[in-house]
Amino acid sequence: MKQRDVLLAALGLVIVWQIAATIVNRPILPGPWDVCVVFFKELGNGLLIHFGVSLWRVTAGMLLSVLLAAPAGLAIGASKTANRLLSPIIYLLYPIPKVVFVPVVLLFLGIGDAAKIALIILILFFQIVVLVRDQAVGIPPQLLQSLNSLGAGRRALFRFVYLPASLPAILTALRQSIGTAVAVLYISELFATKYGLGYYIYYNGSTLFNYPAMYAGVAAMSLLGLGMYFGVDWLERKWCRWKFVN
Amino acid sequence: MIDIHSLTFAYPHASPLFENFSLSLARGETWAILGPSGCGKTSLLYLLAGLRLPGDGTIQIDGELLARPRPRSGLILQDYGLLPWSTVRENVELGLRVRKFYGPDGKHTPGNYLPKDNVDHWLDRLGLGEVMDKFPAQISGGQRQRTAIARTLVLEPDLLLMDEPFSSLDAVTRGDLQDLTLSLCVEQKLTLVIVTHAIEEAVALGGKILLLGNAPNRNARVFGNPNAGKSGQVHHALCDLLWKEMQHETA
Repeated sequence: MKQRDVLLAALGLVIVWQIAATIVNRPILPGPWDVCVVFFKELGNGLLIHFGVSLWRVTAGMLLSVLLAAPAGLAIGASKTANRLLSPIIYLLYPIPKVVFVPVVLLFLGIGDAAKIALIILILFFQIVVLVRDQAVGIPPQLLQSLNSLGAGRRALFRFVYLPASLPAILTALRQSIGTAVAVLYISELFATKYGLGYYIYYNGSTLFNYPAMYAGVAAMSLLGLGMYFGVDWLERKWCRWKFVN
Repeated sequence: MIDIHSLTFAYPHASPLFENFSLSLARGETWAILGPSGCGKTSLLYLLAGLRLPGDGTIQIDGELLARPRPRSGLILQDYGLLPWSTVRENVELGLRVRKFYGPDGKHTPGNYLPKDNVDHWLDRLGLGEVMDKFPAQISGGQRQRTAIARTLVLEPDLLLMDEPFSSLDAVTRGDLQDLTLSLCVEQKLTLVIVTHAIEEAVALGGKILLLGNAPNRNARVFGNPNAGKSGQVHHALCDLLWKEMQHETA
């Protein structure tokens, strides 16, 4: 995808937003320019701190998810026995909408960052495990045998085949899950916290009725998701150059 | 060099491919294994590579019982076995990186192994210098097979095992690589065992040709071919003979 096309699409969405704001003509839908002005003003009034807190929570959640799920997916995919034993459990747990566990996680982990990060991990973990497992299972046996013949044992196979082969799957899982992770972050920040974009949006929209500030928070959360999406794209281009050679 | 003694081998829940099968291969010989589909050609090669183990009987290489892949044996497969995420150079270096990963443990790497930087030599020798920074998807089938050969030769093997290595290549590239393989065998004093389903290729490369028949294989049917790698009438006569034998087997 070309950068120019992305910029044109963004411009198109801003135009649609402006048209909608003009038609609605009420404070609950300010135009993009008004929100933009408030956005920059609010950055100095705490929005930047809320953004930083949300960014920390979602980044920590994503990193921990990868660290936990990628080895698990690789171990399951590389071993027929592990796959046979654990795949039915994943099959049962994967489709459950993890967001329903918000109260349970809050009850167990309290109201701090741990609960919010745990919720993100809960969602990303299964996405990454499933994609990495499928990737590991799909590695052609000839490739493994070829490495075996070069002297590679199990450890070297993980280092030289399973790990690099699963990298695109990890990044795809992250890309697919960013939207859900940010949405869950929003929900988890509605409870018992004074920091984070979820709190900021809800507080400005429902308590202060400061709609331009609320939309500034929505824009910040969108930028957070978008930034992570672009970040994963960038990592994929840097780490998986071979996928883009043709 | 290789002694196969009373080999019996079968895949689980299948009838045996080999039963009490014996064969000896001398150092420096070039062998082609020929036979119809499903006769056990590739299985025999994998047994020689240490990737499969006999159900009964033994395989010894240089007097040592083969129980796992042997560091001085090189295996080249039909689909090259190259890592798609590594460049040509990284693929050629792969065996050395695996050895560095384990160190000279005598199991994955020879105990007396001394790291040697001969990657550039083999990249040049096999004409891969210009494509060494490209990925496998960016190069031709012939170049991929050259990369697989270079990756094996970097490890200085004494036994080269090839499983239908040229079957997906066009006739000209196939001919070039067959010539290259034979000259490398002479140059590096390699023992070659190549599996093929093409009689012409077996006759072109195999100083000795092992013809396998319908499973289970009990007796080794070996055809001498002293003119391997040379052109002439003898080739046609041997090709005709092998063709008749294979027809007889599949009838």
